[in-house]
Amino acid sequence: MEWCQVSKINLALPEVQIREIRINSITGYQGDAEKLVEASRQGLRDKERSFSQCLGCATSKAACMTVLIQDAAVISHGPVGCSSCLHDFAFTYRVNAPLRGLDRPTPRRIYSTNLKEKDTVYGGNIKLANTIREVYERTQANAIFVLTTCAAGIIGDDVESVCQEAEDELGIPVIAIFCEGFKSKVWTTGFDAAYHAIARKLIQKPRQCRKDLINVINFWGSDIFSEWFEPFGAKPNYITPYSTVNTLRYASEAAATIQACSTLGSYLGAVLEQEFGVPEIPAAPPYGIAQTDRWFRALGKVLGKEEIAKKMIAEKKKKYLPQIEALREELKGKTAYVTAGAAHGHALLSVLGELGIKACGAAIFHHDPIYDSRREENDQLAQRVSDYGNVVNFNVCNKQEFELVNALNRIRPDILIARHGGMTLWGAKLGIPSLLIGDEHFAMGYEGLVQYGERLLEALENDEFVKNLGKHAINPYTKWWLEQAPDYFLKGGADR
Amino acid sequence: MSKAGLIEQERFTCAIGAMQTVVAIPRAVPILHSGPGCGEMVAGFFERSTGYAGGCTSPCTNFSEKEVVFGGINRLREIIKNTYKVLDTDLQVVLTGCTAGIVGDDVDSLVAEFVKEGKPIVSVETAGFKASNYEAHSLVVNAIIDQYVSRFESENKPKSQKNTVNLIASIPYQDPFWKGNLTEYKRLLAGIGLKANVLFGPESAGVKEWQSIPQAGFNILVSPWYGKEIADHLKEKYEQDYTWFRHIPIGANQTEAFLTQVLEFAIQQGAEIDEEAAKTFIRHESRAYYEEIENLASFLLEFRYGLPNHVHIFHDAGYVVALSKFLLHEVGIVPKEQFITDGTPEKYHDPIRSDLQSTSNKKIIPLYFEPDAGKAQDILRKIHHKGRGLIIGSGWDKELAKEKGYDFLSAAIPSPYRLILTTNYAGFTGGLRLIEDIYHMVLSTYA
Repeated sequence: MEWCQVSKINLALPEVQIREIRINSITGYQGDAEKLVEASRQGLRDKERSFSQCLGCATSKAACMTVLIQDAAVISHGPVGCSSCLHDFAFTYRVNAPLRGLDRPTPRRIYSTNLKEKDTVYGGNIKLANTIREVYERTQANAIFVLTTCAAGIIGDDVESVCQEAEDELGIPVIAIFCEGFKSKVWTTGFDAAYHAIARKLIQKPRQCRKDLINVINFWGSDIFSEWFEPFGAKPNYITPYSTVNTLRYASEAAATIQACSTLGSYLGAVLEQEFGVPEIPAAPPYGIAQTDRWFRALGKVLGKEEIAKKMIAEKKKKYLPQIEALREELKGKTAYVTAGAAHGHALLSVLGELGIKACGAAIFHHDPIYDSRREENDQLAQRVSDYGNVVNFNVCNKQEFELVNALNRIRPDILIARHGGMTLWGAKLGIPSLLIGDEHFAMGYEGLVQYGERLLEALENDEFVKNLGKHAINPYTKWWLEQAPDYFLKGGADR
Repeated sequence: MSKAGLIEQERFTCAIGAMQTVVAIPRAVPILHSGPGCGEMVAGFFERSTGYAGGCTSPCTNFSEKEVVFGGINRLREIIKNTYKVLDTDLQVVLTGCTAGIVGDDVDSLVAEFVKEGKPIVSVETAGFKASNYEAHSLVVNAIIDQYVSRFESENKPKSQKNTVNLIASIPYQDPFWKGNLTEYKRLLAGIGLKANVLFGPESAGVKEWQSIPQAGFNILVSPWYGKEIADHLKEKYEQDYTWFRHIPIGANQTEAFLTQVLEFAIQQGAEIDEEAAKTFIRHESRAYYEEIENLASFLLEFRYGLPNHVHIFHDAGYVVALSKFLLHEVGIVPKEQFITDGTPEKYHDPIRSDLQSTSNKKIIPLYFEPDAGKAQDILRKIHHKGRGLIIGSGWDKELAKEKGYDFLSAAIPSPYRLILTTNYAGFTGGLRLIEDIYHMVLSTYA
């Protein structure tokens, strides 16, 4: 297909192209993983739903990639509600700071332009300009990010021009990020929007190539990469959480880029490669033994240090394979259901496959048929299917709780594995042990399989709480709904 | 307010945040006709606030470009129709977001179609740019009264129950102690012979109780400003007079004043009250309260290793005034500069100022109305008083307390530092609990 060959990156434009157009992402599918992988190669069509629940939007995703930049300030250009969940990132920043060796985490600087009704009539440009000025006075930030919202987008404020003028006046980067919630059905477009803006306005052409620096596109997980990169004579440049404006600026000088989650970093990885010449390693993130082997080999190859990779693989396998084998014995016969954002969900399915747990289904939020790198090697679901086999009951659910509840109630796995807040509740309410690991690096690599396997055993063993809750929990879903097929309201399902 | 009108460190959210007003009604469901992120923002602001069918359970049209361009009414019709299939609920409240507001969808006409079929459904305009959730709480409640409660007037004759009252007090979830407070108000009012419709939470009888709103003989408003529109509306609609207590009654002095005020009003309104029994109840509660304070006094006066001697509060007007009064007179902690962060409309500033100032005829308590809490913090950053300081506020204020070396009690939202379930700060017991919380926190610094 032509669309999957041609890069859609264009840093000349202020706005990123949304994911459903750029890489043909979809938000509805019911079937199995193998067929989805096949269909992805031939061009997928999205399916709409005739019932939907609160979803989530791009603006908070753009926020989480900017609020945690150490020396930046963030302005939400909209009514006060459009930034009201961002306090959570301030907490995350503080709590996880020690994981990145940050002794004195500073308070996060988060603002709302507080758009009111009269602003929707007369426009919010002046209010935004004044806010940027005042935020700079208050914070002396090294960069200011401006996030757009539905209201600002529809009333047609010229955010790009206001930011450019402020930048000229203040002498620091003032960066517009176009992340209105209604623009894309795939909320992860918010990550792309933030990265697009950062790449466009902040990242500079490299002054040098630093063989000792590897970009790691991730959230705020533990620092496992310092140890992993050390034998290669390199250290991680974590982007964007806990970066500084300056380390971001020169992410262009790194020897390579890796990702913790391809759903997250798809766009930035591709931009760094295509626009700044930093190669993204051609391998999906290292979840499961087979993929960890491939990943280390690919990293070694990109760095020109294949021998080191080979040695590391051998050493780590020698150490961890016996432990993994023991865990497989203990977990034998167990079943699990996964609900998560796309690539990380696929990764967890691989981890389950490696540990010998049967994945009896998955509710994955969306699906990217191919990432911005246009490399099939980065397709974590394809890798899962070829390494560990098909996954039945594979549902692309757009984070729709009613579909998840329906499927869980029907399938009744031994354990529910979730990645996003709010989703474990339904496992617990149905009396199913549920596990959410916040640290995206937790299950990575050979040692990650051991850590994760141990946590799975712990969650399976300590089921008293969920069993008790299951006996008492109230269920607002109708009996009728729980008896329908989960795709009843999906186009092509019984209602459509 | 800052020059630009910006807000740093939000302590409240926008109008659609009043979906929590719906979530707090047993078995009611909010249906959002809004962008896809609104529900997530609200859930993220309040946290642990799903209730029966809030959070990820609430239906939402999740506006896309298509609805922005062509309007979202057909999408909404489909979502409402299917809500009845998927969720088992007693009341549906459609709330509109900015997108629906700007594109001008005629939601009222659509909802009227379902009303015609006899569905218990209501719509209310809550575009985020129109109001804050403090204000929108009244919009939602009044919409339910006008569009739902009014359908049951024939079997709920106005003012037919002389000893029943509608209580308009804590805003669910915005007041982190709402559940406990409502329960305590209900208990206290029962103690003086009144049956209170609390309307929200487990002590409410759900839609049946809402249907009976007209029957109440009179109403009680406990608030400096928010919710007043509900009391005014009920007065106009059902001729129910109301008695207005302008801050949260915390501790003995204020709770006694509250109950005495209500008692007098109830008698005036013709409620059948055994006045002596009611006064005995108040005396009994008060005696039990002071037994604790007497035991505590020696600790407060003699503890030699340091206790906070002054307090700054970042909270809504109801709590700032109430906590100041309580802490000065019943605990001995002196209220210094205070910060009201709820975006109080200007016309209420003066009465709130004088209510706070009436706390003491010896002391001036400087008061700032500042919804831009980042700016409020900057003001406090430059202020120093002798002795050990205490800050009561939201999670945002913990970092400031740390910076200033003050003690900190989390009692406002948003806060990741405290889980509040059914704790109350209102009433006699609420005062005692607050004392426990302050000194538990203070004593935990000694180790």
